[in-house]
Amino acid sequence: MILIVSLCKEKMHELEFVRPIEKIVSSTGNEVVVCGYDKIKNSDLKNASGVILSGTSLDDFEYLENAKNFLWLKNFKKPVLGICAGMQAIGLVFSGRLVDDKYIGLSEINFKETFLGLNGKNKVYFLHNKSIMLPEGFAQFDNGNFPMAFKHKTKKIYGVLFHPEVYNHELLKEFVKTSQKT
Amino acid sequence: MKLGVLFSGGKDSVYATYVSKKYGHEIECLISIFSKNKESFMFHTPAVEKTKIQASSMNVPILIQRTDGKKEDELTDLRDAIKKAKNKFKIDGVVTGAIKSVYQASRIQRICDELGLVCFNPLWQKDEEIYLEELVKNKFKIILTGVFAFPFDEKWIGREIDKKFIDEIKTLNKKYKIHVAGEGGEYETFVVDCPLFSRPLNVVGKKILKEGENSFRLEVEVK
Repeated sequence: MILIVSLCKEKMHELEFVRPIEKIVSSTGNEVVVCGYDKIKNSDLKNASGVILSGTSLDDFEYLENAKNFLWLKNFKKPVLGICAGMQAIGLVFSGRLVDDKYIGLSEINFKETFLGLNGKNKVYFLHNKSIMLPEGFAQFDNGNFPMAFKHKTKKIYGVLFHPEVYNHELLKEFVKTSQKT
Repeated sequence: MKLGVLFSGGKDSVYATYVSKKYGHEIECLISIFSKNKESFMFHTPAVEKTKIQASSMNVPILIQRTDGKKEDELTDLRDAIKKAKNKFKIDGVVTGAIKSVYQASRIQRICDELGLVCFNPLWQKDEEIYLEELVKNKFKIILTGVFAFPFDEKWIGREIDKKFIDEIKTLNKKYKIHVAGEGGEYETFVVDCPLFSRPLNVVGKKILKEGENSFRLEVEVK
């Protein structure tokens, strides 16, 4: 089972930031459970083979005011993928620093090495007002000023600032495969 | 939350309005852009003038903005319209019917961000077949007001989106890559009835205009 953690304050934003992820993960034949970031139970984490932290809308920073809800990430042993806001939440738990950095729309990333199946130049969709500085213990997979794709050096904890549920669905499918192998 | 909906009168903006109400939001106004450019990248143009009648049936005020439809001027006009809606109706956010268009969605996101408004795209990345089935299930009566791609012909004009239509459009998708929900601009629609309307709209006049080999527009008069 893949657990999708919603970071959305507004329920209707889940149609935009959670459902598309759910649709792609379900298409791999995996069971999906969706849960709000402030409602995660230990049993959800125990039953999940991997966890995806969703993004949220540009104006929503509620998850940042409740960073304690993500402390479970510190000791979690299974694969985790944070998307945009989800990446920022991971960064905060691992002592990264948030910076103001806005980008809305399509752009391109050049991956230095393979990242969840993506190589070289890739078109990506961004929707963010903030970025996170590279936390200690993480490696950056692109050449940006702030990481657009990072991974923990020893754990399968991944973060992307772009939205793979819009462009690059294969990244999500690759993450599901990685979760099944663990 | 008090919301304004970017409203063309087609299935996507009307359904986005319906979903927003289902989620408990208050629809304070509809925002319609009348573009003179029939090839507009941002706005669906057919039947847009009939939006006033739809708005009246929904008992929601409508704010009309006219634009010449020049590519980037359209955005200034859209921004002005949203700003007017914010000032006049005190909206907190804007709803769009965007499904796949990153071009359309990112531009509206930027305007909302600049104006301090929340942006909602409740149909974003939605499965197109499931979406059409939802429309039928939720008693939306929708007619085609324009077709603009091979192999469409005049016979498709005025057709209703029903189970038969969905089956046929799925076949066209497999054969000719026509987007099931018309997201590639292959067809455009007008909603004549749905649960938001106090009464169904009555189509009293029809005129089909041929614009190309596989391109037809329907001019309807509704009451």
